Amino acid sequence: MATYLEFIQQNEERDGVRFSWNVWPSSRLEATRMVVPLACLLTPLKERPDLPPVQYEPVLCSRPTCKACNIDMPALIKLFPSFQFPPAYGGISEVNQPAELMPQFSTIEYMIQRGAQSPLIFLYVVDTCLEEDDLQALKESLQMSLSLLPPDALVGLITFGRMVQVHELSCEGISKSYVFRGTKDLTAKQIQDMLGLTKPAMPMQQARPVQPQEHPFASTRFLQPVHKIDMNLTDLLGELQRDPWPVTQGKRPLRSTGVALSIAVGLLEGTFPNTGARIMLFTGGPPTQGPGMVVGDELKIPIRSWHDIEKDNARFMKKATKHYEMLANRTAANGHCIDIYACALDQTGLLEMKCCANLTGGYMVMGDSFNTSLFKQTFQRIFTKDFNGDFRMAFGATLDVKTSRELKIAGAIGPCVSLNVKGPCVSENELGVGGTSQWKICGLDPTSTFGIYFEVVNQHNAPIPQGGRGAIQFVTHYQHSSTQRRIRVTTIARNWADVQSQLRHIEAAFDQEAAAVLMARLGVFRAESEEGPDVLRWLDRQLIRLCQKFGQYNKEDPTSFRLSDSFSLYPQFMFHLRRSPFLQVFNNSPDESSYYRHHFARQDLTQSLIMIQPILYSYSFHGPPEPVLLDSSSILADRILLMDTFFQIVIYLGETIAQWCKAGYQDMPEYENFKHLLQAPLDDAQEILQARFPMPRYINTEHGGSQARFLLSKVNPSQTHNNLYAWGQETGAPILTDDVSLQVFMDHLKKLAVSSAC
Amino acid sequence: MNVNQSVPPVPSFGQPQPVYPGYHQSSYGGQSGSTAPTIPYGAYNGPVPGYQQTLPQGMSRAPPSSGAPPASTAQAPCGQAAYGQFGQGDVQNGPSSTVQMQRLPGSQPFGSPLAPVGNQPAVLQPYGPPPTSAQVTAQLSGMQISGAVAPAPPSSGLGYGPPTSLASASGSFPNSGLYGSYPQGQAPPLSQAQGHPGIQTSQRSAPSQASGFTPPASGGPRLPSMTGPLLPGQSFGGPSVSQPNHVSSPPPQALPPGTQMTGPLGPLPPMHSLQQPGYQPQQNGSFGPARGPQPNYGSPYPAAPTFGSQSGPQPLPPKRLDPDAIPSPIQVIEDDRNNRGTEPFVTGVRGQVPPLVTTNFLVKDQGNASPRYIRCTSYNIPCTSDMAKQAQVPLAAVIKPLASLPPEEASPYVVDHGESGPLRCNRCKAYMCPFMQFIEGGRRFQCCFCSCINDVPPQYFQHLDHTGKRVDAYDRPELSLGSYEFLATVDYCKNNKFPSPPAFIFMIDVSYNAIRTGLVRLLCEELKSLLDFLPREGGAEESAIRVGFVTYNKVLHFYNVKSSLAQPQMMVVSDVADMFVPLLDGFLVNVNESRAVITSLLDQIPEMFADTRETETVFVPVIQAGMEALKAAECAGKLFLFHTSLPIAEAPGKLKNRDDRKLINTDKEKTLFQPQTGAYQTLAKECVAQGCCVDLFLFPNQYVDVATLSVVPQLTGGSVYKYACFQVENDQERFLSDLRRDVQKVVGFDAVMRVRTSTGIRAVDFFGAFYMSNTTDVELAGLDGDKTVTVEFKHDDRLNEESGALLQCALLYTSCAGQRRLRIHNLALNCCTQLADLYRNCETDTLINYMAKFAYRGVLNSPVKAVRDTLITQCAQILACYRKNCASPSSAGQLILPECMKLLPVYLNCVLKSDVLQPGAEITTDDRAYVRQLVTSMDVAETNVFFYPRLLPLTKSPIESTTEPPAVRASEERLSNGDMYLLENGLNLFLWVGASVQQGVVQSLFSVSSFSQITSGLSVLPVLDNPLSKKVRGLIDSLRAQRSRYMKLIVVKQEDKLEMLFKHFLVEDKSLSGGASYVDFLCHMHKEIRQLLS
Repeated sequence: MATYLEFIQQNEERDGVRFSWNVWPSSRLEATRMVVPLACLLTPLKERPDLPPVQYEPVLCSRPTCKACNIDMPALIKLFPSFQFPPAYGGISEVNQPAELMPQFSTIEYMIQRGAQSPLIFLYVVDTCLEEDDLQALKESLQMSLSLLPPDALVGLITFGRMVQVHELSCEGISKSYVFRGTKDLTAKQIQDMLGLTKPAMPMQQARPVQPQEHPFASTRFLQPVHKIDMNLTDLLGELQRDPWPVTQGKRPLRSTGVALSIAVGLLEGTFPNTGARIMLFTGGPPTQGPGMVVGDELKIPIRSWHDIEKDNARFMKKATKHYEMLANRTAANGHCIDIYACALDQTGLLEMKCCANLTGGYMVMGDSFNTSLFKQTFQRIFTKDFNGDFRMAFGATLDVKTSRELKIAGAIGPCVSLNVKGPCVSENELGVGGTSQWKICGLDPTSTFGIYFEVVNQHNAPIPQGGRGAIQFVTHYQHSSTQRRIRVTTIARNWADVQSQLRHIEAAFDQEAAAVLMARLGVFRAESEEGPDVLRWLDRQLIRLCQKFGQYNKEDPTSFRLSDSFSLYPQFMFHLRRSPFLQVFNNSPDESSYYRHHFARQDLTQSLIMIQPILYSYSFHGPPEPVLLDSSSILADRILLMDTFFQIVIYLGETIAQWCKAGYQDMPEYENFKHLLQAPLDDAQEILQARFPMPRYINTEHGGSQARFLLSKVNPSQTHNNLYAWGQETGAPILTDDVSLQVFMDHLKKLAVSSAC
Repeated sequence: MNVNQSVPPVPSFGQPQPVYPGYHQSSYGGQSGSTAPTIPYGAYNGPVPGYQQTLPQGMSRAPPSSGAPPASTAQAPCGQAAYGQFGQGDVQNGPSSTVQMQRLPGSQPFGSPLAPVGNQPAVLQPYGPPPTSAQVTAQLSGMQISGAVAPAPPSSGLGYGPPTSLASASGSFPNSGLYGSYPQGQAPPLSQAQGHPGIQTSQRSAPSQASGFTPPASGGPRLPSMTGPLLPGQSFGGPSVSQPNHVSSPPPQALPPGTQMTGPLGPLPPMHSLQQPGYQPQQNGSFGPARGPQPNYGSPYPAAPTFGSQSGPQPLPPKRLDPDAIPSPIQVIEDDRNNRGTEPFVTGVRGQVPPLVTTNFLVKDQGNASPRYIRCTSYNIPCTSDMAKQAQVPLAAVIKPLASLPPEEASPYVVDHGESGPLRCNRCKAYMCPFMQFIEGGRRFQCCFCSCINDVPPQYFQHLDHTGKRVDAYDRPELSLGSYEFLATVDYCKNNKFPSPPAFIFMIDVSYNAIRTGLVRLLCEELKSLLDFLPREGGAEESAIRVGFVTYNKVLHFYNVKSSLAQPQMMVVSDVADMFVPLLDGFLVNVNESRAVITSLLDQIPEMFADTRETETVFVPVIQAGMEALKAAECAGKLFLFHTSLPIAEAPGKLKNRDDRKLINTDKEKTLFQPQTGAYQTLAKECVAQGCCVDLFLFPNQYVDVATLSVVPQLTGGSVYKYACFQVENDQERFLSDLRRDVQKVVGFDAVMRVRTSTGIRAVDFFGAFYMSNTTDVELAGLDGDKTVTVEFKHDDRLNEESGALLQCALLYTSCAGQRRLRIHNLALNCCTQLADLYRNCETDTLINYMAKFAYRGVLNSPVKAVRDTLITQCAQILACYRKNCASPSSAGQLILPECMKLLPVYLNCVLKSDVLQPGAEITTDDRAYVRQLVTSMDVAETNVFFYPRLLPLTKSPIESTTEPPAVRASEERLSNGDMYLLENGLNLFLWVGASVQQGVVQSLFSVSSFSQITSGLSVLPVLDNPLSKKVRGLIDSLRAQRSRYMKLIVVKQEDKLEMLFKHFLVEDKSLSGGASYVDFLCHMHKEIRQLLS
């Protein structure tokens, strides 16, 4: 048998699933003692070029409480010998088995033919309180995006500033828009009335029954097929003016983001409920009036900081958050998603608005300006297509999780909302969004990843027979970007193991990366609602308990402490996690924290790990590029460093290199190798940039450069001004910080782990 | 007959007329006999060239034909017969032709000729009768009485009284009266010529003198005599002379011509005085008395009935008072025109009564504001409140601060005092004016209003000359003129910021109704060109005014027409419950910069809504939107609202149909004039605060609740225009003309008006289209040259006869170009301790303006009946006070009216029977509310013609004459079925076509061959190339040009359905809705007075 490492990797590639434990402890008690819960990272739509969707509908388990879609062959036969296969399975035979029955098809995608296909909907909600060049850039991006949309997709445009304008796209000649006051919260009903969406009490005899079917989507003038109105819309966007209301000195422009979103939500709610739709909010600053305002228009009063929040000084925060949560929940209920593209130098209120993206599976993008490649390319990337020529986005999904009896579902963490489906497999203990076996994911893409937490409920006194397997099935209904409804079903089975006898097995099957990410998600999830220090303490305690459980040591002897390979990296992850912006708010604005946490809660394992512990590559004349420790000792004068933190790509020229560079050696033919050396990290960075969504901030800096702080704040401060002389080494760069280094952290950890006191 | 025809035309109008009189009389006589009302016309016809033709008719109406009598012998008999029979009856008829009466002079000559005619008596009668008839009755009665007493001589003062005063009529007279009168009339015959002239002249003929009576000419001067006037009471000889009215009897004695002359106008006074010292007194008396005399109209009514009975023997009896004998508005107007229309009115003298509004005159500002700006009910104010209470004459000024002036008169000079701003009294804040007294060598000045002594700022110092006047007085408008403007400093501006130029916002109803009628298309088309004519200031090349556009039905559509756009952008605001303005930049634009976009917008609006099915509209949110837009743009401005229906859509200001005719004549009738909800007033207040004036154009198909909708225009100084059942074909001309004028007229924005007065009186009440948040400041979001504010004053102390009373009206406003200015009007009035002075210096037109506005406001709070009674009572008190205190002692049976107020009864009657106070069945609630608010801001000229329409005969005067034909009295009796008439009251214009108009005339005017082919209700005359057509159309055009609103022409044929409509405007007749005829009302008035006196 291959190593667990390979097994894990194979499973991930095939099913998009990584479990923290790949062999499951067979009793509840034991499971809780394992510290790290039984959980998995699920990427429901993981791209599977090799997975052809099947054209029929899945067979459901006929037990009403189960409704599992697919059970692997042996189990099926065993459990339901008299199972009647539906006609689609007519040709079943030993050689012609349906895909479900083949082991390598533990994940299957079905296409459903039923139901009307509704086109995708893109509703642009555009802030016009922007600087001229910003607005220009945004307009261009939007115009460009029109060419990327599927021709039959419906688009709509809402602009806002002091007022909110809903543009009517169907009209010729005069461009028409409906205007709303930016300070007034309207109910969905009011909005629909005012937009004339409610059916006037017209004499019904006129309404020919056929017509509505012919033009099911003609009902609204505000959302029109791209192919019909792209010229119109392009012109309209071209003519967009900055918000014309004068902004006096010392004031912020009045920006009615809250109302604009509310109207967007109301518009879609009234016209296309339960249809795949993206509300794309482009904003260049904080909402300053109306419901959802985050800060007043007086510039002398700065937007809330973490400090203010701690002091309970953010007077608009609670109300605004409530407003956006209400919107997010409504949006989620309608199966639409909200993207937030916030580009401004100051904060834009992401903290309050985050739920809009978090609950609906929308994107959140934060940049300095719409006139940056960060935004432009990120935005463009939303519309990239997969190998089939389909958009990498899916809508209106529900994730249904089914477990075998020994397991219960504790919750999920990711861009989803609970559907509140109770059932026998729903645990009472909640981890993340719990209390349900189904979640709604309004927008997702092939990288959207959810942490799903389980609880082993098998009692200790009812052991599972040797070789028994537990099964979990993930059923994801979604609307493919081609507008088809599809169902992807992933079925997982893992062995049970008795902890007493098979602890080694279980240890070996521990996926420390997945575990780190899953624990991190739990931590971040808690951090949203709890005080930062509490979360850190909780994480620390978990780590210590894990070390106590799985470490090998002699009591009270820290030096004897050892961890097996499968656990060896875990503490380091935790160390970096503790310093990460997901849990530390120092030096981050509330918006930044929200932004980071948003992405952390939806990226897949690899990206998540990068976020927790950035990757550092070193380039030098001494050899090929190599990954180096994320440590201050890696910062050397004759190296070029490339750091990827997911959100930033930093290229750092060591002191000597920088000097060479300044001297212009790279331009001299005799130093062409130096030129190549300089080029290498750029190329690599480019490669990362290509694949990354959202576009990371690209930073090119050098020793002593102000931007070098991005690097210095990430590396392990093994050398600081405190211990510089003690170490007495010349290598590396001291970091000016009071943070503890990894070494100190580990020392403490060992001490605590071996101590019998806890 | 021919002769007549030819004659009349040939002679100057004046003369020919005389002729008519004669005819008429005769004719009337006949008619009277016939009794048929229409007959009277016949009479006219008679006189008119067409007489003969009419003969046939005449036959039927023998009498009319008789009209011809003078000339035509044949007919004569009839007429004569008639005359003979009904001496009086004839008379009455005769009188009807008051106009003609004037010609008296001419008449004389005729007289002779006539005499020769078969029936001399007839002839005589004409004269005699006429005078007699109208006046006669009165006079007669008087005569009789007086006659009895001192027929001849009495003429002198005493005599006058009686003569003039209709002898009242009371029964006693009547009997004797009629008959007696005749005799007298006959008696007079001799004097007739003279007498008539005298009488008539006095009243009317004066002007007529045209005939060349030198004397009359001289008469003109009488004015002096006026001054001279003795106490009113003095009925002395004066009366006879002075007051032609009474004349009948007395005059004869007096110098026929001269006296007459004097009498009539009273203008000649000086002359006369010189010439005829003896008379002078009389004249004086006349003045005073003058009024007296006129009033003389007997108390016909009572008499009338009696007459009837008495006359019993004769068929005539029904007629009581001869309409021609009672004061005729036409006559008064004509007299004033002739006497005062030639010389400029120089304002230098305190307390001068200006010429009537109907007179064309030039004004020279020499220290008092032109009467175009301010007119007062009296130019002589009682010194004490007791006096004022006794007289009951309202003290009011009708102020039109931004009145437009004829080109010959310079608009007020603009004075710029730089940063220090206008110089004002420290205590009462009055502005520097010619009446301020500089003292202490010019270092200080004493305020003429509050007597406070103020320092003269160094930069304003100037030495005084030996008379105590500043040396630079004539260099400074504020020291030498009655009206001038100051440039305001920033202190006078809102928020201490100079205003930005105002804006016009066009708000167009695009609901189904508006689209269907073609209104929207028409309007948009018109706006394209109209925008080039926005008002601009002085020589500015382009208007500073910015424009914006909104369309609406149940929701509002704003348009962005920024010049940089290729296409306009529409912004829909559906949140009508909470209106706001969706855009700022691009909403209000400069026309020239955004022309292309605007044109494109106006092209598209009709298209965009062509298929609309939306029938509901909102109203309050629309105005609110406009107001908010102006607020956002920080400027004042005007909204032009084009609205079609009752706003029933769910929104603030939603209305329901509450039209209920059952309420008429109940205590709840007032609710019909009150707004339905308070939302409109609240909105109006906000508009005023923002300087947002609203002009409303209504195009209703049914009830739209004008009373409510007009609240905002009313309170913001705007106008309401109403086009019921608008149809493009019929109403486009009218609507477009109104629109053009409304858009182009110069407007002052965001104005505050304050009237300061000398200590002793105080402005206490204000009428007009404006809003007041306190008791002194009249706030006007907008004020144009047509809007008038009537201000009533009351005493709060004694006034001083020497110093007189001063008024200063200061209007702070923002000009079309956005300049903040102060316009100041000053007016000095005399003060009197004698009631006679008060009555001698009154202006009836202004009085009526005040009373109408007072009454029209009263209907908001009191039952209409109560309002009417109040008016009558007040009027009776005024006249009774005069009779008691000023008129010469005379029989209680006599009705004696002050000269200056002799028209008060007839005008008041017109007010009382107006649609608001006495609605006919065909008058809708909306119409009443509409008229009510129109009158509120009318000036004196407008109320004058509105209440007493002008009736112009079309074929009487020679075709080549270019002047307006002399008007005739608004009574059916004055219509001749062989003629055509134009009737106008400032709002309506009728062309009445008599059934027996010559075919040739019909052909040349209507291009159809006969009367029956004329389309009734026609609103446009075909453009034909013949003198008559040109003349009539020219006349119509010139009438329209005189009015602030375009009058739609309606052609009415005699005996046609539409004639009812037309007859409604014949205000001297009984109206269908129960309004009294002039004669009846006069009787009633007389009774009231007598009651008060007893």
